[in-house]
Amino acid sequence: MRVRAQIGKVLNLDKCIGCHTCSVTCKNVWTTREGVEYAWFNNVETKPGTGYPTDWENQKRWNGGWVRSASGKLHPKQGSKWRILANIFANPSMPEIDDYYEPFDFDYDHLKSAPDMNAFPTARPRSKVSGERMEKIEKGPNWEEILGGEFAKRSADYNFEDVQKEIYGEYENTFMMYLPRLCEHCLNPTCSASCPSGAIYKREEDGIVLIDQEKCRGWRMCISGCPYKKVYYNWDTGKSEKCTFCYPRIESGQPTVCSETCVGRIRYLGVILYDADKIEAAASSERETDLYGAQLDVFLDPDDPEVIAAARRDGVPEDWIEAAKVSPVWKMAMDWKVAFPLHPEYRTLPMVWYIPPLSPIQNAAQAGQIAMSDQMPDVRSLRIPVKYLANMLTAGDEEPIVHALERMSAMRLYMRALSVDGVRDEAIATRVGMSGRVIEDMYKIMAIADYEDRFAIPTAHREQNEDGADIRGGCGFTDGNGCSTGDAGKTTLFGGKKKSFALPQETF
Amino acid sequence: MFGDFDINFVIFGVMPYVALTIFLVGSVVRYERDPFTWKSSSSQLLRRKQLIWGSVLFHVGILTVFFGHLIGLFTPVWVLDALGIPYWLKQWMAVLIGGPAGIAALIGSTMLLHRRLVDPRIRVTSTFPDVLIMVLIWLQLAIGLLTITQTLQHMDGAEMVRFMTWSQSVVTWNINAWVTVVDVHWLYKLHIFLGLIITMLFPFTRLVHIWSGFAAPFRYLLTRPGYQIVRSRRTRPLEERRRAYDRLQAKRGPSATTPAE
Repeated sequence: MRVRAQIGKVLNLDKCIGCHTCSVTCKNVWTTREGVEYAWFNNVETKPGTGYPTDWENQKRWNGGWVRSASGKLHPKQGSKWRILANIFANPSMPEIDDYYEPFDFDYDHLKSAPDMNAFPTARPRSKVSGERMEKIEKGPNWEEILGGEFAKRSADYNFEDVQKEIYGEYENTFMMYLPRLCEHCLNPTCSASCPSGAIYKREEDGIVLIDQEKCRGWRMCISGCPYKKVYYNWDTGKSEKCTFCYPRIESGQPTVCSETCVGRIRYLGVILYDADKIEAAASSERETDLYGAQLDVFLDPDDPEVIAAARRDGVPEDWIEAAKVSPVWKMAMDWKVAFPLHPEYRTLPMVWYIPPLSPIQNAAQAGQIAMSDQMPDVRSLRIPVKYLANMLTAGDEEPIVHALERMSAMRLYMRALSVDGVRDEAIATRVGMSGRVIEDMYKIMAIADYEDRFAIPTAHREQNEDGADIRGGCGFTDGNGCSTGDAGKTTLFGGKKKSFALPQETF
Repeated sequence: MFGDFDINFVIFGVMPYVALTIFLVGSVVRYERDPFTWKSSSSQLLRRKQLIWGSVLFHVGILTVFFGHLIGLFTPVWVLDALGIPYWLKQWMAVLIGGPAGIAALIGSTMLLHRRLVDPRIRVTSTFPDVLIMVLIWLQLAIGLLTITQTLQHMDGAEMVRFMTWSQSVVTWNINAWVTVVDVHWLYKLHIFLGLIITMLFPFTRLVHIWSGFAAPFRYLLTRPGYQIVRSRRTRPLEERRRAYDRLQAKRGPSATTPAE
């Protein structure tokens, strides 16, 4: 056993209202710079839909993630090390910026500077890359918002596999949900495995996956390696960038910006202890449907004295072990089994998990009554097909999804009985293998979702490895050689644009 | 003292040292001082069109030509003699391998240069050094291919041996090296001159990615046993930390808890 800790994340899709606050606050903090206008470290997609970049889930096209060879060994789907090196001159699996969208702005100035005209002046779009006029905007970061576009196009959605999808194109039978996405900070990331320079790494102490900007050479293999397409190429700097899990905030015990600002309170952050020795075997599980269960086995129970002893021995700080015991992520993923990894079949062992959404009962309107099974609404007749959710979250295995949805609807029934009739109906809880007390805890964390219940983030222990006196007067966050006094003139000697560092001026 | 001043001395006697110094010192300084700017500067994201074919043809071609020059020019003449390779055979090899590779590289670089100058996205995001170095390499390839017309007129290999002698004299600090190439055809001279110019520009352009390209296979295949990289803030390896922890536990008794590390 080799115990490591990671700050894991759960998103409760049952409560996502698709407001995009996460995306916007994330963008304001991280990607307003030139070169990454098109990049959204966090984005929210409407499902069913082909997403951003278009068709990202289709690994037959993009070759992201891992494949298991006949001998049971894993290698990136885009090729083993030799193949990756052979593609270094031109990466055949890499999306083009048009697969995301060409970033644009509008000629706002024209609204006030236009001469006297017969027609009202308009602000027409202009490319942020080339600066040229764009006659028509063909795509945006959330092009299929609220089922935008024809069903024929949207239904190319990979999660429709093995689903008779035609009826969902009908107005009466249509369904939708939101899928907020960010870097999964995987236990077995393909981006880092694909990097010939070794610039991408996972941090031992908190599991955050980062790109070393000074080691990145722009070989672009991470972009095609990541099956979630969450590594972005900055066309200005020539380096790859990705979600940093807001590590400066996490290190000081604060939630990530997307989680902090989430209006629906759907985001949870907490410590997960895991056994690093089990990662390879879990990711190499023979059947794709076993991957979800295999990943559960990688996680370690923070209440188990043996695990605690091993964690201490391997240097997991005491407050991290304590935080793991109250981790909401552990509760939802392990105790209640209501959260699932996104596309476990990519074999990356992602660490941002999702609670599937409940949806209205499909045939209630037609039949005049709700489909019931054993006095519970039958989750298989929900508007969102269970198979669709299973394709997204459990590699097509419907059982765990049904189980989770039943628990979630039981929670509603139980709390309804409690708050309307004042009855603690243990029978409801027993039917889904829980107790009333657990359901009330589940309600507190998943429905009420107070700040303290959503986030249990211990601070980083830099003091153990750094001497404060040594870094006093240092230059903080820099972009490359930012603190250097070697620059002269308006440009640097080596061709890069000089980035000015502006101190805040007095504001009156 | 300028009476017997010879421009050939400056170009073929002095400039190689200047160029190599700038190339090496410049590379080290840039790597050390400004690692953030060290990159291949790929434009594949902005336009895939013409890049796949252009880039593969260009790179495969120019790498073949590069190693051809390296091996061809710097293999000592006595090694050829010892191996019994006649000079004319070596020259034919150079023409038959280098020629097609040079043509591939020229076609590739034409595609890349066209894309860089004509495509609005690539044009706008290109820096001056990006365009300059592309033009220079295109010219260098064209001139290099043109020299084959001269080479084919004397396939005895004597001319080639002169260039080998010159290159090897330069790197062995022979100050009279320049004399060997004084009376070769001007195309060869122009080719060498342009080569030295490109060498001098190397550290100030995206060409620095060549270093990384050569290093990548070693890094990726040899120094990295598996696929994954995990970085730790801790300075001691896990096993050592575990032993230290066990010693501490034995001293304190098993019930004591200690802060980690």
